[in-house]
Amino acid sequence: MSTPDKQPLISLSGICRSYPGVLANDNVSLTINKGEIHGLIGENGAGKSTLVKIMYGSVRPDSGRIVFNGDEVSIDNPAFARRLGIAMVFQHFSLFEPMTVLENVALGLAGQSADAALAGRLVETGERYGMPVDADRTVDELSVGERQRIEILRCLLQDPELLIMDEPTSVLTPQESNALFVTLRKIAEEGRSILFISHKLDEVRALCETSTVMRGGKVVAQCDPREESAATLAKLMVGEDLAEVERPPRSASGAPIFEINDLNVPAPYPGASALQSISFAVSPGEIFGVAGVAGNGQAELLAALSGETRSARSSVTVNGESCGHEGPRARRSRGIGFVPEDRLGHGAVPDFALTENAFLTGHITEPLIRSAMIDHARTRTFAEKIRATFDVRAASVETLAGQLSGGNLQKFILGREILLNPRVLVVAHPTWGVDAGAAVLIRSRLVELAQTGAAVVVVSQDLDELLQISHRISVLTSGTLSGSMATADVTAEELGLLMMETDGGQYAHTA
Amino acid sequence: MTDVLIAMLITIVSAATPLLFAALGELVVEKSGVLNLGVEGMMVMGAIAGFAATTHSGSLALGVAGAAFIGALMASVFAFLVLVLMANQVASGLALTLFGIGLSALVGSSFVGTPLDGLDPVAIPGLSGLPVIGRLLFNHDVLVYLSLGMVLAVWWFLNRTRAGLILRAVGESHDSAHALGYPVVWIRFAAILFGGAMAGIAGAYLSMAYTPMWSENMSAGRGWIALALVVFATWRPLRVLVGAYLFGGVTIAQLHIQGAGIDVSSQLLSMLPYLATIVVLVIISRDGARVRLNAPASLGRIFHSSGSK
Repeated sequence: MSTPDKQPLISLSGICRSYPGVLANDNVSLTINKGEIHGLIGENGAGKSTLVKIMYGSVRPDSGRIVFNGDEVSIDNPAFARRLGIAMVFQHFSLFEPMTVLENVALGLAGQSADAALAGRLVETGERYGMPVDADRTVDELSVGERQRIEILRCLLQDPELLIMDEPTSVLTPQESNALFVTLRKIAEEGRSILFISHKLDEVRALCETSTVMRGGKVVAQCDPREESAATLAKLMVGEDLAEVERPPRSASGAPIFEINDLNVPAPYPGASALQSISFAVSPGEIFGVAGVAGNGQAELLAALSGETRSARSSVTVNGESCGHEGPRARRSRGIGFVPEDRLGHGAVPDFALTENAFLTGHITEPLIRSAMIDHARTRTFAEKIRATFDVRAASVETLAGQLSGGNLQKFILGREILLNPRVLVVAHPTWGVDAGAAVLIRSRLVELAQTGAAVVVVSQDLDELLQISHRISVLTSGTLSGSMATADVTAEELGLLMMETDGGQYAHTA
Repeated sequence: MTDVLIAMLITIVSAATPLLFAALGELVVEKSGVLNLGVEGMMVMGAIAGFAATTHSGSLALGVAGAAFIGALMASVFAFLVLVLMANQVASGLALTLFGIGLSALVGSSFVGTPLDGLDPVAIPGLSGLPVIGRLLFNHDVLVYLSLGMVLAVWWFLNRTRAGLILRAVGESHDSAHALGYPVVWIRFAAILFGGAMAGIAGAYLSMAYTPMWSENMSAGRGWIALALVVFATWRPLRVLVGAYLFGGVTIAQLHIQGAGIDVSSQLLSMLPYLATIVVLVIISRDGARVRLNAPASLGRIFHSSGSK
């Protein structure tokens, strides 16, 4: 609840912005007071990003007015927003990897050279807010959490009145998130305002004193999140009650069908993680979760599992047969399905229609080829089946994959792999960037797949998700996999501690 | 013998200088994230422009300036195509090269056979009198000194100035640079113009100093060598310098070997400079980490300012 003595810092009223075919912001009003941490929650596509871009000047509204510090302003570009005192930490970091921390900070400040004076200010500000930094390291050596610190420090050096944070915790461990919250509260105590965008409702409830809920381009509620439950907020956000996905009791655990034995892969390029002696085994009907902060070998592990990176023959076994030396096609013929991390360009070809994308992996195990030619009728039927069973919202199966939203494309790719009846399914970040409704569907389909007797490996950064659906969890840190833990016996905090281990060696091979 | 050797070493400098100009220009262009394959075309246009301007005006300075201007003008056509119309950079660059070779032959047909007094060496007072070193290092034409100065200037610009930092940022990730509010298109436009001017000067050096005359297609593939040098030098100015002088050195050496009547196929010898440059630069750039860090990540990618949603 805003107390009467609080002064409004920025006040938006009647903001409208349309894109072809969609009204991204429909008469949106929002007021943020000085020194307030304001939560902005909503599903993907609810219009949060557009609203924030309007506040930061990278998108112009069609209509509506913005009052900042009592004056009506027209925020035409990000440079003007920064002059007003609005700073933004982007969801996808805007850092330049080969450059040093200092150079990156200088780039974010008007007319600033990367000199010793700036380095001094950077280190001093970092210490003041509890975010120590080394100005001379190059960004590609830094962890995701450290990169975020640089982004925040870069904003703080501009001495902003409003700090916009777009989904800042989506890539952090629980401990890193808590440290971030301490910093954010300290920033707010200085009288600066923070707009905290998230779809993690618990975090909004823990951090924010007031929040705005958006759905379908409109503001549907203004509330004090501390007085709401996560369930009531979710209902406001989605507009309907969300069914909970229930982890099924583990079905008959037979002999492992998918085994990884002492998998070693050298780092494919400098800065990547080498996989060191990774071993795990998954039984039919089981969901095995691999937790960890991205950049600790997830991409390398996924490539080794799919066959894009080949390894020693014996390091990957399906149903007792070694296939570590085989490429992706050979492994697919053995009944392993893959849902890669990168949906566009890896999971699907953006400029191909859904039918063509269905064919690309479908033809390996489905009879989609007749006399060396594509059987269009069957391929179309297969694509239609994916669309219907997985609720893919596309105009038709001839729609280009690149035109689908992230959630719909993920449902399509997952559906394609599941309908091929895999014995083993390896899924990377199944609900990353997917809205809550689609996420529920995706998770329940994974659970159902396991119930039919498939072994499922889920690599994800989302601990809540892994705790929800997997039977066992291991943590990948610096290319080493911890021993597996039964999900029932482990908490998010314990996993978070493991994720921050720089040397996970002591936990390896204890399974 | 010493005299012969010194004369030979001096010709190496002349052979290397045009490569150095063109490669330094292209290095800046590529660091901004644009691949301009039109170096050869801009260079040969610079050659005829410099020659024609000098012949008509009698001023060598005007000749060099004219070459730089025409090079930049050619580059601006390319910049308009790839930055404004968002055309494919590879195709546009190739078109620029073909266009330049054809247009220069057309414009230059009346200059074939015209003599020209080329650039004279400028002795640096006090130093040029030194034995051996004096003639070797301190008795060159003004463009040689300029090219060496440009190596330091480009290095200093890229690594020490804020403008250079911004240019590298644009080449690294145009989306991030745009999000920070930097004018990606204008920065690239400026870099492309600079690259064009440098290629133009490289051409002028050919027609006004290296061989003071005009002949059709006189750049003879040097633009392509310059392009290769940039990549093999892993986008570092000082390595471009090494590569250019190495290429120049082997070029001259193989000419002398041919002249000495040593019984090796002349085609094989003509291959030598290319081979030697590639081998040496591959060896010095075999460290994958450095290459990855230096290569501009947005190189050749088209920038849509609206961005993805």
